[in-house]
Amino acid sequence: MDKKEKKPLEKVCMICAKGSLEDVYATLVMANGAVMEGIETHVFFTFFGLDGITKDRMLSLHTATTGNPAMRMPGGLPFPTMLGGLPGVESGVSKMMRSQMEDLDMPPVDEFLEMITAGGGTIYACKLAVDMFKLTKDDLWDDVDSILTIGEFYELCDGDRTQIIFT
Amino acid sequence: MAEKTIAGVQVNVTDDGYLEDMSQWNEDIAKEIASGLGIELTDKHFEVLNYLREKTEAGEALSIRKVGKSGIVDIKELYKLFPKGPLKFSSKIAGIPKPTSCV
Repeated sequence: MDKKEKKPLEKVCMICAKGSLEDVYATLVMANGAVMEGIETHVFFTFFGLDGITKDRMLSLHTATTGNPAMRMPGGLPFPTMLGGLPGVESGVSKMMRSQMEDLDMPPVDEFLEMITAGGGTIYACKLAVDMFKLTKDDLWDDVDSILTIGEFYELCDGDRTQIIFT
Repeated sequence: MAEKTIAGVQVNVTDDGYLEDMSQWNEDIAKEIASGLGIELTDKHFEVLNYLREKTEAGEALSIRKVGKSGIVDIKELYKLFPKGPLKFSSKIAGIPKPTSCV
């Protein structure tokens, strides 16, 4: 027997704490991927990550055009930081990013969340962050399961084949 | 790569158990692969399988989103038909290559 026993992951608990387009999508892609692999999936949105499940913000997430050294012009030239600071540039670039993602069959945030919950994944909001941003459950995407304290989140993370992923 | 007899037919499969050649596929092979995954195939399953095969033949990359917009099933139903592997299991049963899409 040279085959090692495999111990597949049974559960992932993800924390999305940042609200830029790429941060939220990193969480969504990984969460949806886990659901598709048959892994029990819980996603906890906190601090600025809450934008990803806040009704009036989730469909217009931005990617930073300043303070983002990886930002490039179409064609690959460096993106001047001064240019990134001009009014409208960030929203234009973000819109372009969203349309490029759509071309790769990456759905808008609300549809992505629906795909995750359709497969049995669960979405939570962080109580502390909801209080801090003065939001209520009504401000959040309709299928957010509940607003949890961090203690309740950890309770969800039991099991020896569970991983917590912070994005 | 290995040779394997499924439903009385000799086929080539990958290490993961996907058919190497989708033209070797038939409905009995589908049923046997499915039962190995604990799935009993219904007409609805076959509608999805045929859709996947058509799209693969046309060279299109598959995603559960695309299947969800196919008009055959929505994503929730797709998960019901192929629990814990909406795209992986359905592709395996449809005799097409392992999906390469991340969504």
